[in-house]
Amino acid sequence: MKKTFKLEDLDCANCAAAMERGINALDGVNSATVNFMGMKLILDADDARFEEILKAAQKVADKYDTTIVR
Amino acid sequence: MTKKLKKRLQRILAAAVLFAAGMLMPHSIPYAHAVLLIAAYLLVGYDVLLKAVRNIRRGKIFDENFLMTIATFGAFGLGDFDEAAAVMLFYQIGEFFQTYAINRSRKSISDLMDIRPDYANLRREDGSVETVDPEEVRVGDVILIKAGERVPLDAVVIDGHSALDTSALTGESLPRDVACGDAILSGCINQNGLLTARVTKEFGESTVSKVLDLVENASSKKSTSENFISKFAKYYTPTVVFAALALAVIPPLFGSDFATCFKGALIFLVISCPCALVISIPLSFFGGIGGAAKRGVLVKGSNYLEALAQADTIVFDKTGTLTRGVFEVEQLCPSEGTAPEELLMLAACAESYSSHPIALSLRKAYGRDIDESRVTDVSEIAGKGLSARVEGRLVYAGNRRLMDQIGCPCPEAPDYATVVYVACDGRFMGYILLGDVLKEDSVQAIRELKNVGIRQTVMLTGDNKAAGERVGSMLGLDQIYTQLLPGDKVDKVEALLAAQKDGAKLAFVGDGINDAPVLARADIGIAMGGLGSDAAIEAADIVIMTDEPSKIATAIRIARKTLGIAKQNTVFALTVKLCVMVLGAFGKANMWAAVFADVGVAFLAILNSLRALNTEKL
Repeated sequence: MKKTFKLEDLDCANCAAAMERGINALDGVNSATVNFMGMKLILDADDARFEEILKAAQKVADKYDTTIVR
Repeated sequence: MTKKLKKRLQRILAAAVLFAAGMLMPHSIPYAHAVLLIAAYLLVGYDVLLKAVRNIRRGKIFDENFLMTIATFGAFGLGDFDEAAAVMLFYQIGEFFQTYAINRSRKSISDLMDIRPDYANLRREDGSVETVDPEEVRVGDVILIKAGERVPLDAVVIDGHSALDTSALTGESLPRDVACGDAILSGCINQNGLLTARVTKEFGESTVSKVLDLVENASSKKSTSENFISKFAKYYTPTVVFAALALAVIPPLFGSDFATCFKGALIFLVISCPCALVISIPLSFFGGIGGAAKRGVLVKGSNYLEALAQADTIVFDKTGTLTRGVFEVEQLCPSEGTAPEELLMLAACAESYSSHPIALSLRKAYGRDIDESRVTDVSEIAGKGLSARVEGRLVYAGNRRLMDQIGCPCPEAPDYATVVYVACDGRFMGYILLGDVLKEDSVQAIRELKNVGIRQTVMLTGDNKAAGERVGSMLGLDQIYTQLLPGDKVDKVEALLAAQKDGAKLAFVGDGINDAPVLARADIGIAMGGLGSDAAIEAADIVIMTDEPSKIATAIRIARKTLGIAKQNTVFALTVKLCVMVLGAFGKANMWAAVFADVGVAFLAILNSLRALNTEKL
């Protein structure tokens, strides 16, 4: 399943890049893209565990004070 | 400016006042100098300190907040109170400008992409009209589009007529007239009349959604320079931090002054954030892709924009790409004693019952309504043409074999075009040349490609040699391959690809209808006339929304400008950082320079990448 989420308080480009790496490294994520200019997260992950993966992604985003808006 | 940003500015200004007061305070008053500077430092930098502590607890070191904290604490430790406060102050000023610039560019990009319709006027079955979210409208619903409003969904006009401004999709300033029965695309603006239309596609499938989706997601396909920078950034910060550590520890062991070396190490720490690099490259590409969209060129990824900048061979499909793909009367060649108008009139009348493309184009060229009672006894002569009585005169119109059959002597016509011979009452009246005419800007398109330094232009066509070569020489193409079957086109492109020099890219331009395999095989697949054609949008890497081949040169210019900006930013940021680091290592730079190398460079790089958005002047 591929879904797009809006990101809040994404202020630094390096954070966006690091966050993208972090989310991509999560188990079950096929691909994740953080669009710094568009303030968006495009997450492609396992259907069955999507909710769980999204929570893990939020944990990564927390490190950068960023909120994934559902 | 947002509220949050305004508050930050106020805080910075207040801290700047405290800082100035501290600097001016005479040293005779004990502690006043230090107290004011520490107050300024805490006021402007407390959030940095807090974030640093929080991030360490989360296990995130090498974070810029942490690095700034260490650097300023170090300065305090050396007794440089003014330097510590100044560095924090300037860091925050730099961050402030950086955020401001990012917000500005986010806004200009979203303004550019502001083609999303906000509402639709839905007509209910009882005739009442309600304003609803375009997402709620279903296929088959009837919507009203008033003057000045944006077409919310793809639809077909069922009542009214108007001029549509399609510039948001095509970059084309000339309005397009629409009337009952015409398809209208979402994203266009209705300029004058009231239109009633039946929706043909749901919002998610409508042109405007597709275009927005495409441009917004383009950044997920990264260019090699973006990939390079993000990899670089991953190693850059730890490397610089360890270099700082080494600088603080190793030279003093060999007798160097510890304070100087420690200061150099602090400078390294300030510089170690790669933000300027990480932000400016994607921002340039984002700007370039947005700017291209504004000109009616959709680029599906930064990697394609990058490849286009390196293209040196452009391969064209002929029909529908360089030519209009419809037959048109090119030339009337009446025999002696025949008026050209009469020749055309006879041919058009004789063909008035036929629906063959040639008949259609003859009638179109004739341009007047034909009174069908004037035409009688039409009979088709298979494979040759037809005969008919036009106002009682026996007219034959068809190919050369028809003339031979009726024993009518006629001259040799050129073989590059389709020819219709006309005879009337046994006398040869002349012939009409029909051809697939060039698009208006095809000649200009090829010339401009030469101007931007494209090494070779190639045309592939299924037409016969004479027809293909005639078009080729009219346009000034370098190579022409004729009589190709669709499968041969892939082979030809593969052969051309194999002959390419390293690093030079090949682009194939087609109309996206039956050349999907070739579009996929080329380094860059460019589809023309994407407006309203899903097939073209799906198959290609770059879609030119209008039917103009001259947009290819425009796209190449945009690509090169974007890449140039990205390169400038990389070189600029790295050079400044490296210079300050080298100077710092030898004790020749102060922390102010380091702060400039960090946030100042990022700010300037962002400003520079904003230039990519401007695609009016290339």
